[in-house]
Amino acid sequence: MIIVKKLIKRFGLKNILRGLDFSVASGEFVALLGPNGAGKTTFLRILATLSRPSMGYVKVAGHQLPGEAAQVRARLGVVSHMPLLYPDLTAEENLRFYAQMYGIANYQSRISEVLEMVGLENRRKDLVRTFSRGMQQRLAIGRAVIHDPEVMLFDEPYTGLDQDASEMLDEVLRSVAAEGRTVVMTSHDLARAEDLATRFDILSRGVIAASATQKELQNTNLLAFYKQALAD
Amino acid sequence: MTNKMQNEEGRMQNTDSIHPSSFITHPSLLKATFAIVQKDLAAEFRSFELVSAMLVFSLLVIIIFNFALELDVKVRQSVTAGVLWTTFAFAGTLGLNRSMATEKDRGCMDGLLLAPVDRSAIYFGKAISNLAFMLIVEAIVLPVYSVLYNVNLFRLDLIGIILLGSIGYVAVGTLLSAMSVQTRTREVLLPILLFPVAIPVLLAAVKASNGLLTGAEFAEVLIPLNILIVYDVVFIAVAFMVFDFVVEE
Repeated sequence: MIIVKKLIKRFGLKNILRGLDFSVASGEFVALLGPNGAGKTTFLRILATLSRPSMGYVKVAGHQLPGEAAQVRARLGVVSHMPLLYPDLTAEENLRFYAQMYGIANYQSRISEVLEMVGLENRRKDLVRTFSRGMQQRLAIGRAVIHDPEVMLFDEPYTGLDQDASEMLDEVLRSVAAEGRTVVMTSHDLARAEDLATRFDILSRGVIAASATQKELQNTNLLAFYKQALAD
Repeated sequence: MTNKMQNEEGRMQNTDSIHPSSFITHPSLLKATFAIVQKDLAAEFRSFELVSAMLVFSLLVIIIFNFALELDVKVRQSVTAGVLWTTFAFAGTLGLNRSMATEKDRGCMDGLLLAPVDRSAIYFGKAISNLAFMLIVEAIVLPVYSVLYNVNLFRLDLIGIILLGSIGYVAVGTLLSAMSVQTRTREVLLPILLFPVAIPVLLAAVKASNGLLTGAEFAEVLIPLNILIVYDVVFIAVAFMVFDFVVEE
């Protein structure tokens, strides 16, 4: 579903990604881990068509970037630590706006379906600025899945969430993944990543330093694997 | 590694037919533009953050000018165009900054850029919303100005010039605000970028408005009027072509 070969991203003279190779099969849930400044967000922004690669080959959902960015965007849902929602619109109005931007026909039923999925059907008429951070993040996931994307990208979705909100987000993430979507998530929360993902890639100094599936990690834990990958 | 990737690529092409996002279509430029305008107007009519700031600023400026320029009726008529366009330009800058900042601050600009629409729709949507806000403020400022300065501004030809001038100002302002909003010094940077580029439209608007208010010959008004029309067309076309590059990292 995602294929990346020898990806390089430069900002001025600084190389952020240095020949990164990465691939994700359909239905996989990959946790992209790594220290601050490793290039996780930059990499996700390239996959999300929000940033152009300097060099290299990137293909998402059968379309090459940056040339076929519009086709990729139609099949992609993105959730970041910012909600990408308008505080002066209601939950329903926000979803309606994004449904119109994705050209969804008969969006009213889809909006109800999505609000139910993220547990906000009772707050559909409330302004987003009255929502807690956790509720905004759930609605942000609703926004990202409104067009039923095949690929989901999550960039630090747990930032600023308390324990209860994080647990609710876990459930929403599980339901998103359970529908057969391909998911790539960056996170610093190793425990949550270990619980949710089927594969763990460690991004360090602009390349994938190590990769392991959940099965391969059965004899060790993710924290030990992560520390070992960064030490190598 | 290469074989593995080729296999995955093949697998991926197979799955493409299994999981099409079948119920979405790429919305037309017009529909996407309309959705953005509708969203901006709905948010603004709920909060009145942007229009109220522009309006209060505009009223304060014309009241300050009213006290600063202790002039007779004739002289007042000759400075009207200058005072009006100075007010519109500064208030417009406030609105342009705020309008783009609301998209940037909560990451909503990324939300717009992620939609499978022609990115010109984002430009046209924001420009039409900004124009609507500017016209609302102008519609309130004009009668207040008429009362304070005892000048009749309710003339169709003058309103036409104000409309053309506002279109040109917003056309270039929306493009430049999309650039400046990505910097830390956006409030300072926008006027610095905008005013030099907007000089032709502001000068032409002042000249044409002044000509109409002082009862000049039509031929005298025609030249700045033509400049306004050409400026509007050129900057809308330029923005249509370059907006994609402006908003991309």
